Amino acid sequence: MAPIALGHYLTVAAMLFTIGIFGIFLNRKNVIIILMSIELILLAVNINLVAFSSFLGDLTGQVFALLVLTVAAAEAAIGLAILVVYFRNRGTIAVEDVNIMKG
Amino acid sequence: MLLATIAFYLFSTVLIAAALLVVSARNPVHSVLFLILAFFNAAALFVLLGAEFLAMVLIVVYVGAVAVLFLFVVMMLDIDFAELRRDALSYVPIGLAVGAVLLGELVLVGGSWAIAPGATGVAANPTPAGVTNTEALGRILYTTYVHVFQEAGMVLLVAMIGAIVLTLRHRAGVKRQNAAAQIGRTRKQAVELRKVRPGEGL
Repeated sequence: MAPIALGHYLTVAAMLFTIGIFGIFLNRKNVIIILMSIELILLAVNINLVAFSSFLGDLTGQVFALLVLTVAAAEAAIGLAILVVYFRNRGTIAVEDVNIMKG
Repeated sequence: MLLATIAFYLFSTVLIAAALLVVSARNPVHSVLFLILAFFNAAALFVLLGAEFLAMVLIVVYVGAVAVLFLFVVMMLDIDFAELRRDALSYVPIGLAVGAVLLGELVLVGGSWAIAPGATGVAANPTPAGVTNTEALGRILYTTYVHVFQEAGMVLLVAMIGAIVLTLRHRAGVKRQNAAAQIGRTRKQAVELRKVRPGEGL
Protein backbone atom coordinates (compact mmCIF):
# COMPACT_ATOMS: atom_id res chain seq x y z
CA MET A 1 0.00 0.00 0.00
CA ALA A 2 1.36 3.38 -0.98
CA PRO A 3 2.06 5.85 1.82
CA ILE A 4 -0.42 8.64 2.28
CA ALA A 5 0.59 11.68 0.24
CA LEU A 6 -0.67 15.25 0.12
CA GLY A 7 -2.96 14.35 -2.78
CA HIS A 8 -4.96 11.94 -0.61
CA TYR A 9 -5.84 14.69 1.87
CA LEU A 10 -6.64 17.14 -0.93
CA THR A 11 -9.00 14.54 -2.43
CA VAL A 12 -10.84 14.10 0.87
CA ALA A 13 -11.11 17.88 1.24
CA ALA A 14 -12.40 18.27 -2.33
CA MET A 15 -15.06 15.61 -1.74
CA LEU A 16 -16.10 17.25 1.52
CA PHE A 17 -16.33 20.64 -0.19
CA THR A 18 -18.48 19.20 -2.96
CA ILE A 19 -20.78 17.50 -0.46
CA GLY A 20 -21.19 20.85 1.28
CA ILE A 21 -22.18 22.57 -1.97
CA PHE A 22 -24.52 19.68 -2.80
CA GLY A 23 -26.11 20.00 0.65
CA ILE A 24 -26.90 23.67 0.06
CA PHE A 25 -28.80 22.76 -3.11
CA LEU A 26 -30.48 19.68 -1.66
CA ASN A 27 -31.86 21.51 1.41
CA ARG A 28 -32.77 24.76 -0.26
CA LYS A 29 -35.54 25.52 2.20
CA ASN A 30 -33.97 24.49 5.49
CA VAL A 31 -31.61 27.18 6.73
CA ILE A 32 -30.28 25.02 9.55
CA ILE A 33 -28.97 22.35 7.17
CA ILE A 34 -27.58 25.09 4.91
CA LEU A 35 -25.60 26.45 7.87
CA MET A 36 -24.33 22.92 8.59
CA SER A 37 -23.28 22.59 4.93
CA ILE A 38 -21.32 25.82 5.26
CA GLU A 39 -19.60 24.33 8.32
CA LEU A 40 -18.65 21.30 6.19
CA ILE A 41 -17.22 23.58 3.48
CA LEU A 42 -15.13 25.46 6.05
CA LEU A 43 -13.96 22.13 7.47
CA ALA A 44 -12.79 21.10 3.99
CA VAL A 45 -10.84 24.36 3.72
CA ASN A 46 -9.28 23.68 7.12
CA ILE A 47 -8.21 20.18 6.06
CA ASN A 48 -6.54 21.71 3.01
CA LEU A 49 -4.72 24.31 5.11
CA VAL A 50 -3.50 21.78 7.65
CA ALA A 51 -2.47 19.24 4.98
CA PHE A 52 -0.38 21.80 3.12
CA SER A 53 1.07 23.04 6.40
CA SER A 54 2.05 19.52 7.40
CA PHE A 55 3.51 18.40 4.08
CA LEU A 56 5.41 21.65 3.40
CA GLY A 57 6.70 21.88 6.97
CA ASP A 58 5.35 25.41 7.39
CA LEU A 59 3.32 26.27 10.49
CA THR A 60 1.66 29.34 8.96
CA GLY A 61 -1.14 27.23 7.52
CA GLN A 62 -2.14 26.04 10.98
CA VAL A 63 -2.30 29.62 12.26
CA PHE A 64 -4.72 30.51 9.50
CA ALA A 65 -6.69 27.32 10.05
CA LEU A 66 -7.17 28.60 13.60
CA LEU A 67 -8.48 31.91 12.21
CA VAL A 68 -10.88 30.08 9.88
CA LEU A 69 -12.10 28.04 12.85
CA THR A 70 -12.83 31.24 14.79
CA VAL A 71 -14.68 32.85 11.92
CA ALA A 72 -16.72 29.67 11.40
CA ALA A 73 -17.76 29.63 15.06
CA ALA A 74 -18.72 33.32 14.94
CA GLU A 75 -20.65 32.76 11.72
CA ALA A 76 -22.59 29.87 13.23
CA ALA A 77 -23.47 31.92 16.32
CA ILE A 78 -24.67 34.95 14.31
CA GLY A 79 -26.48 32.79 11.76
CA LEU A 80 -28.39 30.86 14.38
CA ALA A 81 -29.22 34.08 16.27
CA ILE A 82 -30.69 35.57 13.10
CA LEU A 83 -32.57 32.30 12.55
CA VAL A 84 -34.09 32.41 16.05
CA VAL A 85 -35.17 36.05 15.62
CA TYR A 86 -36.60 35.30 12.19
CA PHE A 87 -38.55 32.33 13.50
CA ARG A 88 -39.89 34.44 16.36
CA ASN A 89 -41.19 37.05 13.95
CA ARG A 90 -42.47 34.88 11.11
CA GLY A 91 -43.11 31.45 12.61
CA THR A 92 -41.22 29.70 9.80
CA ILE A 93 -37.64 29.35 8.57
CA ALA A 94 -38.36 28.58 4.91
CA VAL A 95 -35.76 30.39 2.81
CA GLU A 96 -38.15 31.21 0.02
CA ASP A 97 -40.30 33.31 2.36
CA VAL A 98 -37.35 35.60 3.11
CA ASN A 99 -38.42 38.53 0.95
CA ILE A 100 -39.20 41.32 3.41
CA MET A 101 -36.40 43.47 2.04
CA LYS A 102 -37.52 42.89 -1.57
CA GLY A 103 -33.94 42.29 -2.61
CA MET B 1 3.32 3.26 8.23
CA LEU B 2 0.75 0.64 7.35
CA LEU B 3 -1.23 1.48 10.47
CA ALA B 4 -1.27 5.17 9.52
CA THR B 5 -2.48 4.28 6.02
CA ILE B 6 -5.30 2.11 7.36
CA ALA B 7 -6.23 4.86 9.84
CA PHE B 8 -6.31 7.47 7.09
CA TYR B 9 -8.64 5.42 4.90
CA LEU B 10 -10.88 4.54 7.86
CA PHE B 11 -11.21 8.12 9.11
CA SER B 12 -11.65 9.67 5.67
CA THR B 13 -14.30 7.10 4.68
CA VAL B 14 -16.28 7.72 7.84
CA LEU B 15 -15.81 11.48 7.37
CA ILE B 16 -17.23 11.45 3.83
CA ALA B 17 -20.08 9.10 4.80
CA ALA B 18 -21.00 11.27 7.79
CA ALA B 19 -20.91 14.41 5.63
CA LEU B 20 -23.23 12.77 3.10
CA LEU B 21 -25.63 11.83 5.89
CA VAL B 22 -25.52 15.39 7.27
CA VAL B 23 -26.96 16.77 4.05
CA SER B 24 -29.38 13.89 3.37
CA ALA B 25 -30.77 12.92 6.79
CA ARG B 26 -34.51 13.36 7.22
CA ASN B 27 -34.34 14.48 10.81
CA PRO B 28 -32.20 17.60 11.51
CA VAL B 29 -31.25 16.19 14.93
CA HIS B 30 -29.63 13.24 13.11
CA SER B 31 -27.91 15.76 10.84
CA VAL B 32 -26.35 17.47 13.85
CA LEU B 33 -25.22 14.14 15.30
CA PHE B 34 -23.61 13.15 11.99
CA LEU B 35 -21.97 16.59 11.90
CA ILE B 36 -20.41 15.78 15.28
CA LEU B 37 -19.18 12.43 13.87
CA ALA B 38 -17.70 14.23 10.86
CA PHE B 39 -15.87 16.69 13.11
CA PHE B 40 -14.44 13.87 15.23
CA ASN B 41 -13.08 12.14 12.14
CA ALA B 42 -11.65 15.39 10.79
CA ALA B 43 -9.91 15.85 14.14
CA ALA B 44 -8.46 12.33 13.77
CA LEU B 45 -7.16 13.29 10.30
CA PHE B 46 -5.55 16.38 11.87
CA VAL B 47 -3.82 14.13 14.41
CA LEU B 48 -2.52 11.97 11.53
CA LEU B 49 -1.17 15.15 9.92
CA GLY B 50 0.67 16.07 13.11
CA ALA B 51 -1.55 19.03 14.03
CA GLU B 52 -2.60 17.84 17.48
CA PHE B 53 -3.45 21.27 18.83
CA LEU B 54 -5.86 22.06 15.99
CA ALA B 55 -7.41 18.62 16.37
CA MET B 56 -8.19 19.25 20.03
CA VAL B 57 -9.42 22.79 19.29
CA LEU B 58 -11.68 21.34 16.60
CA ILE B 59 -13.24 18.94 19.10
CA VAL B 60 -13.59 21.56 21.83
CA VAL B 61 -14.92 24.36 19.61
CA TYR B 62 -17.03 22.40 17.16
CA VAL B 63 -18.31 19.44 19.11
CA GLY B 64 -18.42 21.30 22.40
CA ALA B 65 -19.86 24.60 21.22
CA VAL B 66 -21.05 24.84 17.64
CA ALA B 67 -22.73 21.43 17.36
CA VAL B 68 -24.46 21.89 20.72
CA LEU B 69 -25.63 25.32 19.54
CA PHE B 70 -27.12 23.70 16.43
CA LEU B 71 -28.74 21.03 18.58
CA PHE B 72 -30.30 23.67 20.85
CA VAL B 73 -31.71 25.63 17.93
CA VAL B 74 -33.04 22.54 16.16
CA MET B 75 -34.80 21.38 19.31
CA MET B 76 -35.95 24.85 20.45
CA LEU B 77 -37.71 25.91 17.26
CA ASP B 78 -41.01 24.21 16.55
CA ILE B 79 -40.56 23.62 12.83
CA ASP B 80 -42.33 21.22 10.52
CA PHE B 81 -39.25 19.73 8.90
CA ALA B 82 -41.25 17.34 6.73
CA GLU B 83 -42.86 20.38 5.09
CA LEU B 84 -39.44 21.90 4.44
CA ARG B 85 -38.21 18.69 2.81
CA ARG B 86 -41.33 18.04 0.77
CA ASP B 87 -39.95 18.71 -2.72
CA ALA B 88 -36.27 18.39 -1.82
CA LEU B 89 -35.86 15.65 -4.41
CA SER B 90 -36.60 18.13 -7.20
CA TYR B 91 -33.37 19.96 -6.31
CA VAL B 92 -31.23 16.81 -6.59
CA PRO B 93 -30.48 17.15 -10.35
CA ILE B 94 -29.21 20.74 -10.17
CA GLY B 95 -27.33 19.97 -6.96
CA LEU B 96 -25.66 16.97 -8.58
CA ALA B 97 -24.86 19.02 -11.69
CA VAL B 98 -23.23 21.85 -9.74
CA GLY B 99 -21.43 19.36 -7.50
CA ALA B 100 -20.13 17.39 -10.49
CA VAL B 101 -18.87 20.55 -12.20
CA LEU B 102 -17.17 21.69 -9.00
CA LEU B 103 -15.60 18.29 -8.35
CA GLY B 104 -14.40 18.14 -11.97
CA GLU B 105 -12.76 21.54 -11.59
CA LEU B 106 -11.15 20.51 -8.32
CA VAL B 107 -9.85 17.30 -9.93
CA LEU B 108 -8.41 19.32 -12.85
CA VAL B 109 -6.70 21.66 -10.40
CA GLY B 110 -5.42 18.74 -8.31
CA GLY B 111 -4.17 16.85 -11.35
CA SER B 112 -2.17 19.67 -12.85
CA TRP B 113 -0.77 21.06 -9.64
CA ALA B 114 2.80 20.70 -8.34
CA ILE B 115 4.87 22.20 -5.56
CA ALA B 116 7.35 24.77 -6.88
CA PRO B 117 10.91 23.41 -6.61
CA GLY B 118 12.14 26.13 -4.29
CA ALA B 119 8.96 26.33 -2.18
CA THR B 120 10.03 23.97 0.58
CA GLY B 121 13.16 25.98 1.35
CA VAL B 122 11.44 29.33 1.85
CA ALA B 123 8.81 28.45 4.44
CA ALA B 124 7.79 31.50 6.46
CA ASN B 125 7.66 29.52 9.71
CA PRO B 126 9.43 26.16 9.34
CA THR B 127 8.18 23.53 11.77
CA PRO B 128 10.85 23.40 14.50
CA ALA B 129 12.25 19.99 15.38
CA GLY B 130 11.99 18.54 18.86
CA VAL B 131 9.11 20.78 19.91
CA THR B 132 5.49 19.71 20.34
CA ASN B 133 2.97 21.03 17.87
CA THR B 134 1.22 23.09 20.56
CA GLU B 135 4.44 24.76 21.68
CA ALA B 136 5.59 25.44 18.12
CA LEU B 137 2.20 26.98 17.30
CA GLY B 138 2.20 29.04 20.48
CA ARG B 139 5.67 30.40 19.73
CA ILE B 140 4.56 32.00 16.47
CA LEU B 141 0.93 32.70 17.37
CA TYR B 142 1.84 35.02 20.25
CA THR B 143 4.74 36.73 18.45
CA THR B 144 4.62 36.94 14.66
CA TYR B 145 0.88 36.46 14.36
CA VAL B 146 -0.26 38.30 17.49
CA HIS B 147 -2.39 40.64 15.36
CA VAL B 148 -4.16 37.70 13.71
CA PHE B 149 -4.74 36.28 17.18
CA GLN B 150 -6.24 39.51 18.50
CA GLU B 151 -8.31 39.90 15.36
CA ALA B 152 -9.78 36.46 16.01
CA GLY B 153 -10.61 37.61 19.53
CA MET B 154 -12.34 40.72 18.18
CA VAL B 155 -14.35 38.60 15.72
CA LEU B 156 -15.55 36.43 18.59
CA LEU B 157 -16.39 39.47 20.74
CA VAL B 158 -18.40 41.09 17.95
CA ALA B 159 -20.19 37.80 17.27
CA MET B 160 -21.04 37.41 20.94
CA ILE B 161 -22.40 40.95 21.28
CA GLY B 162 -24.27 40.59 18.00
CA ALA B 163 -25.91 37.33 19.01
CA ILE B 164 -26.98 38.77 22.38
CA VAL B 165 -28.34 41.99 20.84
CA LEU B 166 -30.24 40.03 18.20
CA THR B 167 -31.93 37.57 20.50
CA LEU B 168 -32.49 39.67 23.64
CA ARG B 169 -36.08 40.78 24.06
CA HIS B 170 -38.12 42.34 26.81
CA ARG B 171 -41.60 40.95 26.88
CA ALA B 172 -44.35 43.33 27.91
CA GLY B 173 -46.44 42.26 30.91
CA VAL B 174 -43.78 40.14 32.58
CA LYS B 175 -42.97 41.14 36.15
CA ARG B 176 -39.27 41.55 36.74
CA GLN B 177 -37.32 42.00 39.91
CA ASN B 178 -36.18 45.58 40.39
CA ALA B 179 -33.24 45.27 42.74
CA ALA B 180 -32.59 49.03 42.98
CA ALA B 181 -36.16 49.72 44.04
CA GLN B 182 -36.03 46.92 46.61
CA ILE B 183 -32.78 48.09 48.15
CA GLY B 184 -33.82 51.75 47.99
CA ARG B 185 -36.83 51.25 50.24
CA THR B 186 -36.62 53.14 53.54
CA ARG B 187 -38.13 52.29 56.89
CA LYS B 188 -40.63 55.11 56.42
CA GLN B 189 -42.01 53.59 53.22
CA ALA B 190 -42.08 50.06 54.56
CA VAL B 191 -43.36 50.28 58.14
CA GLU B 192 -46.21 52.30 59.56
CA LEU B 193 -46.92 52.40 63.30
CA ARG B 194 -50.56 52.90 64.33
CA LYS B 195 -51.95 53.21 67.78
CA VAL B 196 -54.89 50.89 68.20
CA ARG B 197 -57.20 51.53 71.11
CA PRO B 198 -58.72 48.59 72.92
CA GLY B 199 -62.10 47.59 71.54
CA GLU B 200 -61.75 49.56 68.31
CA GLY B 201 -60.55 48.63 64.90
CA LEU B 202 -58.37 50.74 62.72
